[in-house]
Amino acid sequence: MKPRSLAVHLSGALLSLLAGVAFANDKPPAKPATPTPPKAATLSDEVIKVGVLTDFSGVYSDLSGQGSLIAAQLAVDEATGGTGKLLGKKVELVSADHQNKADIAASKARTWFDVEKVDAIFDLTNSATALAVQELGKEKGKVVIVTGAGSTALTGKSCSPTGIHWMYDTYSLATGTGAALLKEGGDSWYFLTADYAFGHALESDTSAVIKAQGGKVLGTSRHPLNTNDFSSYLLKAQASGAKILGLANAGGDLINSVKQAKEFGLVDSGQRLAGLLVFITDIHSLGLETTQGMYLTEGFYWDLDDKSRAWSKSFFERAKKQPTMTHAGVYSSLYNYLKAIEATGTDDAGTVIKHLRTLTINDPVIRNGKLREDGRLVHDMYLLQVKKPSESKKPWDYYSVKQTIPGEQAVKSLALSECPLIKK
Amino acid sequence: MQVLMGQLLIGLINGAFFAVMSLGLAVIFGMLNIVHFAHGAMYMLGAFAAWMGLTYLGINYWASLLLAPLVVGALGVLIERLLLSRLYKLDPLYGLLMTFGLALLLEGLFRRFYGVSGQNYPMPPELSGGRNLGFMFLPNYRAWVIVASLTVCFATWFLIEKTRLGAYLRAGTENAKLLQAFGVNVPLLVTLTYAYGVGMAALAGVLAAPIYQVSSMMGSNIIIFVFAVVVIGGMGSILGSILTGLGLGLLQGLTKVFYPEASQAVIFLIMALVLLVRPAGLFGKEA
Repeated sequence: MKPRSLAVHLSGALLSLLAGVAFANDKPPAKPATPTPPKAATLSDEVIKVGVLTDFSGVYSDLSGQGSLIAAQLAVDEATGGTGKLLGKKVELVSADHQNKADIAASKARTWFDVEKVDAIFDLTNSATALAVQELGKEKGKVVIVTGAGSTALTGKSCSPTGIHWMYDTYSLATGTGAALLKEGGDSWYFLTADYAFGHALESDTSAVIKAQGGKVLGTSRHPLNTNDFSSYLLKAQASGAKILGLANAGGDLINSVKQAKEFGLVDSGQRLAGLLVFITDIHSLGLETTQGMYLTEGFYWDLDDKSRAWSKSFFERAKKQPTMTHAGVYSSLYNYLKAIEATGTDDAGTVIKHLRTLTINDPVIRNGKLREDGRLVHDMYLLQVKKPSESKKPWDYYSVKQTIPGEQAVKSLALSECPLIKK
Repeated sequence: MQVLMGQLLIGLINGAFFAVMSLGLAVIFGMLNIVHFAHGAMYMLGAFAAWMGLTYLGINYWASLLLAPLVVGALGVLIERLLLSRLYKLDPLYGLLMTFGLALLLEGLFRRFYGVSGQNYPMPPELSGGRNLGFMFLPNYRAWVIVASLTVCFATWFLIEKTRLGAYLRAGTENAKLLQAFGVNVPLLVTLTYAYGVGMAALAGVLAAPIYQVSSMMGSNIIIFVFAVVVIGGMGSILGSILTGLGLGLLQGLTKVFYPEASQAVIFLIMALVLLVRPAGLFGKEA
């Protein structure tokens, strides 16, 4: 055994020891790969192995987690026609918990690529883990498709020839919600921002849109991640007199700030809330009474049309909840990845991605999807408004679709791109 | 100036919260000599007990305020009798590890069944709305929280410092063997103290339910602060934890006016300073 592979094995073993319970979702590691004799089909080995690497136990486990695994299984079933085989080779699905830590995500991905011969990794909720794994994918020449994270850096200065950003980024959320509210007279904003890279990105992307269209930003309160009590910040926001309170935070922080904004009477006194990253699970957990009237932007809503409803129904049967944008993205990205392997007859990253670039993707999730040079999948986004409790006619009937935002308007133009792959 | 007044009032409300939580910890540490890491989980259980009572059995907020601490207190009796009582002869570290493990188990269990986004506990209708104080909008519920917490804190202080039962408790803390020799049932006293301590955490949980989302993670978010409060106040000191809780709440309120990014760090800064200058805490007795 070469020293390098020994090190990989050792670090893998150590890691699984350290992580213990966290890797309960793991399938047993595959046998050490033996060199495969060259065959007619140009697949790299005997199985097509895909991994879902995401948060299974932390703050984002409701919006990705187990649901992402269910969505991935649906994609495998559908792409293989229920046989579990593609081009005569078995399709195997593995998963692991990255615990929202970039170092754990990177070492798991390294073990997957080097030892377990995983061909592609999906989901990667949490931008730090996504950036780390995409970088590794670039080094190893493996496909990494991000559906759960929102950082624009993934297709900006950290872009990768083998990385795809499938679902949404902070820019698309900011432009969608920001521009729509400005149009309705919401020209003065106060931001409540989670004090880390993601929150700052959301805030600055949205501020740019507001200022470009003549609006004003009256102030910002930056709160530490996982804050319980937002009352101090809400008092300041109230005193600022801003028409819109922009929530540049996510998960538990978002939920608690919305709940307390209601308590402190911000909504009743006419200030409006704009959630800059809201998932349907957040709305489900808060209830319509608290969230009604809120604007948000998403890349998918289960109740868009017959196609999305039909797919969401099969998801609901297994998961007992409607899919989030992340779940839907895992399904869509994995399905299209497998179909591309079938069409090209190879699992070579470059060939598969080249093929994906030639397509216009229209599936139950993505509408008018075109894959750009920088790895961004440009597709329609939706400006949504949360319904009043009286308008909601069935379980999970939460949004009315206010506007379909065409893909080109929802992404940063290539002319402004910092991606080194773009030749200018 | 208006902003300052508002922030100070908010700080006092949050401080009242800290006080109830840290008081339970202080009582348990004083009597059982256990660093009770499951305190956050008990707080979470209290909130969940209220939510489950409302959702499955239709028990309203006011009844929950009484019932949830009783249910969690009863669970506390079981935990103390079955688990903790076996550890008293060992190094206190074992109690810490046991309660830490217990907290992880309970949180994992609730995460498994209820996810992490949490459940919404509606505001009791009697306390919804609020009033404008001129310098800020004060929701009625927050006013209630501060009244309720302070009442509970000072009732506990009175119970321990001014009654016969409290005298037994304090004697038990000083010298359990001698107290037993006088014919007092010390193990029962210990069990009840523990049940009272976790009951207070559960009460804080019920008070928190309408403000924060009822979720499996709510306890782990607050426990670190509460420990800092107890350490600053002096481990085991009753009055110390009440006053420190309120004081730190105010300090945090002030920090949020001048430098919001440091609002969490400031508590730990104080903790570090106190440990350097008075290792036993502001109100603790030097060992």
